Amino acid sequence: MSSYHLDHLGYLETEAIHVMREVAAEFERPVMLFSGGKDSICLLRLAEKAFRPSDIPMPFLNIETGHEFPELLSFRDRRAKELGAKLIVRTVDDALKKGLATQAPGEISRNKLQTPALLGAIEEFQFDCAIGGARRDEEKARAKERFFSFRDSFGQWDPKNQRPEIWNLYNGRLNPGENMRVYPINNWTEMDVWEYIKREQLAVPTIYFSHERECFRRGGQWLPLPPSHTDASQPDPYAGARPKPNEPVKKLVVRVRTIADMISTGMIESRADSVDDIIGEVAAARVTERGSRADDKASEAAMEDRKKAGYF
Amino acid sequence: MPNTQHPIELLRFITCGSVDDGKSTLIGRLLYDSKNLMEDQLEALEKSADLTGGGQINLANLTDGLRAEREQGITIDVAYRFFATPKRKFIVADTPGHVQYTRNMVTGASTANLAIVLVDARQGVIEQTRRHTYISSLLGIPHLVVAVNKMDLVDWSEARFQEIRDEIESFLPRLGGFRDVKFIPLSALNGDNVVDASAHTPWYEGPTLLGHLETVHIASDWNLGTFRFPVQWVNRPNDPTDKTLHDFRGLSGQIASGIIRAGDPVVVLPIGLKTTIKEIRHYQDSMPTAFCPQSVTLCLAHDIDISRGDMIVGIENLPGRSSDLQARVCWMNQRALLPGKKFFLKHTTQTVQAVVTTLESRINMGTFESEPNPPALAMNDIGVIRLKTAKPLVFDGYSTNRLTGSFILIEQGSNATVAAGMLTAPTEEAKPEYTDFAI
Ligand SMILES: Nc1nc2c(ncn2[C@@H]2O[C@H](COP(=O)(O)OP(=O)(O)OP(=O)(O)O)[C@@H](O)[C@H]2O)c(=O)[nH]1
Ligand SMILES: [Mg+2]
Repeated sequence: MSSYHLDHLGYLETEAIHVMREVAAEFERPVMLFSGGKDSICLLRLAEKAFRPSDIPMPFLNIETGHEFPELLSFRDRRAKELGAKLIVRTVDDALKKGLATQAPGEISRNKLQTPALLGAIEEFQFDCAIGGARRDEEKARAKERFFSFRDSFGQWDPKNQRPEIWNLYNGRLNPGENMRVYPINNWTEMDVWEYIKREQLAVPTIYFSHERECFRRGGQWLPLPPSHTDASQPDPYAGARPKPNEPVKKLVVRVRTIADMISTGMIESRADSVDDIIGEVAAARVTERGSRADDKASEAAMEDRKKAGYF
Repeated sequence: MPNTQHPIELLRFITCGSVDDGKSTLIGRLLYDSKNLMEDQLEALEKSADLTGGGQINLANLTDGLRAEREQGITIDVAYRFFATPKRKFIVADTPGHVQYTRNMVTGASTANLAIVLVDARQGVIEQTRRHTYISSLLGIPHLVVAVNKMDLVDWSEARFQEIRDEIESFLPRLGGFRDVKFIPLSALNGDNVVDASAHTPWYEGPTLLGHLETVHIASDWNLGTFRFPVQWVNRPNDPTDKTLHDFRGLSGQIASGIIRAGDPVVVLPIGLKTTIKEIRHYQDSMPTAFCPQSVTLCLAHDIDISRGDMIVGIENLPGRSSDLQARVCWMNQRALLPGKKFFLKHTTQTVQAVVTTLESRINMGTFESEPNPPALAMNDIGVIRLKTAKPLVFDGYSTNRLTGSFILIEQGSNATVAAGMLTAPTEEAKPEYTDFAI
C-alpha cells in the first residue's frame, strides 16, 4: 500500500471537512448544533480543522429540555468558551411559555418538544442552515439521510422526495423560509466516533465513563434518579419521572452510551473508565447504541415521524 | 479491536438491479451472516415478522427504513449501512430498483467504488438490469459484481447461470470502464455464497460475495495523477489576536486529484498565474506533502487574488477551459429536458448559469445504441448534450477525473437537482499565456 493512502478515519474526516466548508461558503447564516455529546464533540474538532486559523464562522446552538445532566451543560459551556464561539441556548420551557409548543397530556419526556423550540430558534435568528451530528448508522430512518437535507418552510423532511445528491456536489440552494440540515458525520459509526475521539485526544463529559449512580428500573432500562426537588413553590420539573414505590432505587456502577436527557437516557452497567475501555465495549456490544433510548422504542417509525415534523 | 499497524481500508459499494431482484435481502443477509446485526435489530425484525410477515422474518426490512417502503415492500430511497470484518470496513448503499427512483440509485452509485448488480435467475437480464449496469459504468465505478440471485428457484442450474453470464459479457465491452468483473451465483434469501460457500454450487469455483468484497484490489482507486485543487473557501482570519496571522491568507479545499509538496510550482486558473506552494496546512500542522482526497489549506508564495471556484493545478497536463461543453447526462426530473432551458450548473466549488443548447443523442437502453437528435430527454433518460455556460469552466474529462469532470444541473425557481453530468474531455488545454509571477 502506498504512503499516499488515507485510512478509513482519514477518509471520513476529509469528507466531513469538505461538507463543513461547503456550508460556510454557501449559506449566509449557518449555525452548528452543539449539545456536548460525543457526536457534537467530533463536529467541533472537524470545524477547527476546517476553518483554523480563522474563527469557526458560525455560532453554536443548543436546545435544552430542562432535564439535562449537569455534567453535560458545564462541559458544553466550557468547550464553547475555549473555542471562542458564541453559544446560543434556547429552552423547551421558553417554547412552552411562548406557546410555540404544548405538552401532550401524560407525556413526561420533552424530547419531541425540542422540535418546536428548534424551529423557533431557527426563525428567531433566521438561520438558513443547521449543522448537526446525526449519523446514518443510528437508526433506519436516519440511514436514508442526505448530507444536505432539505427542509420546507415548516421545517419538514419529505423522505419520499429528497433531492438527488451526486458525488460531492451538494445543492444548497433555498427559497426564502426554507432551510437545510447538514450532517457532516453521516457516514460515521459509533465505533468511528470513539476511535476519532481517541486519535484526536478529545475530552468528553465524565458521564460517558463508569461512575456510581442511583438508578431505578423502568421500561426495561436503568434510568438515573433525578435531582431532588427543593423549591416547593415551583412545580416539580421531574414529576412523573421519579421512581414509583414498586421501582426500587439501586446504587449501580454505570455510564451513558448515548445521551438524550435524564428522562430518556438509559444507563448501562459498565466498568469502562477510559476511551480504550469504551472502544473495547463498543466492539463487543450486542445491542445498538439507540437500544438504550426510550424515545426510539415507541414504534418502528418513531424516528421517521419525529424527523418529518422537523426533529433533528 | 482495529489494528493500527495496517490502515484499515474502506470499501464503498452499492446493490442495484431491477425491482425485487433481492438487493435489500442481500444486504440483510450480508449483515446477518457476518454477525454485524445487534440483538435489538434482530428483535425488531422478529417483531415485524410476527405482525406482518406471518412469522417469516424479512431481511429487507433492515434497510427499508421508511414506513412507505415497508408497506409497499419496495425500496424508495437509498439506505446506507455500515459493517466491518477484520479485513475491511464497508459502507453499503442499498439502492431502489424501480425505474421511477433511478435518481436515488444514481445518488448511491456516485460515491461507490464497487457495484453489485443483482439479476433474478428466473427473469434473467431485463432493461433495468441493463440500465443499472450502464449507469455504473457511466459513473466510472471501477469494480463490478454480477450477483445471479434466487439460484434456489432455478435448481442451482449451472447452465442458467452461464446463460446470464454470457448475455452480460456480450454487452460489457460496449460499456467499458470496469477494471474487474466477477460473476457469483447465490441465494440472498438462504445465504448461499453470500458469506459462506454453498453446497449447492459444486460447479462454482470463485469466492463468496463477502470473500470478494474483502479482497478486491482497491488501493489504487483514488486519483493520484495530475494535481487539481478547487478552491473551496478563502481562509483569512478576521482580527487575529496572534500577530503572525495578520497577513495569513490560505486557500482551503479538498484535493481532487494528485499529490502536492511544499515548494511545488503551480498554476492558478482561470487567471493563469504561476506561483509556488509556500506552505501546506492542516489544522495546527504544516505538512511537507498532501494528496487526494485530503482536505488542506494551501498558502501561496505570491499574493494573488483568488476566490472560491478558482482552481490550483500542477504545471503539467493542464485542464481544459471552455464555456462550450459537451456532456453525458442522467436526466432526473419529471419535467423533460428541452433544449434552450437555463439552469444553474454546479461544477467543483462554483455555480454558474448555463443553457442547454443541443440534445445530441439519447441512449436506447435496450440496445445501448445512441439515437441522434432526440426532441427531449425524459426522466431517467441518459443522453449527450451541449451546454453553454455564462463563464468558462476549468475542467477535465470525467473519464480522467471524477471530481473535476462532473457537474449537476439545478432548476431555477424550484432549486431541484435535475441532472448529473459527466464532461467530455476538453479538446485543448487551458494554455494560459502565463508569465511567471514575479514582482
Ligand atoms: N427464493 C428466493 N427469494 C428471494 C431471494 N432473494 C430475495 N428474495 C425475495 O424476493 C423479494 C424481493 O426482495 P427485496 O430484497 O425486497 O428486493 P429488492 O431488490 O430490494 O427490491 P427493490 O428495492 O424494491 O427494487 C422478497 O420477497 C425476497 O424474500 C433468493 O435468493 N431466493
Ligand atoms: Mg430493496
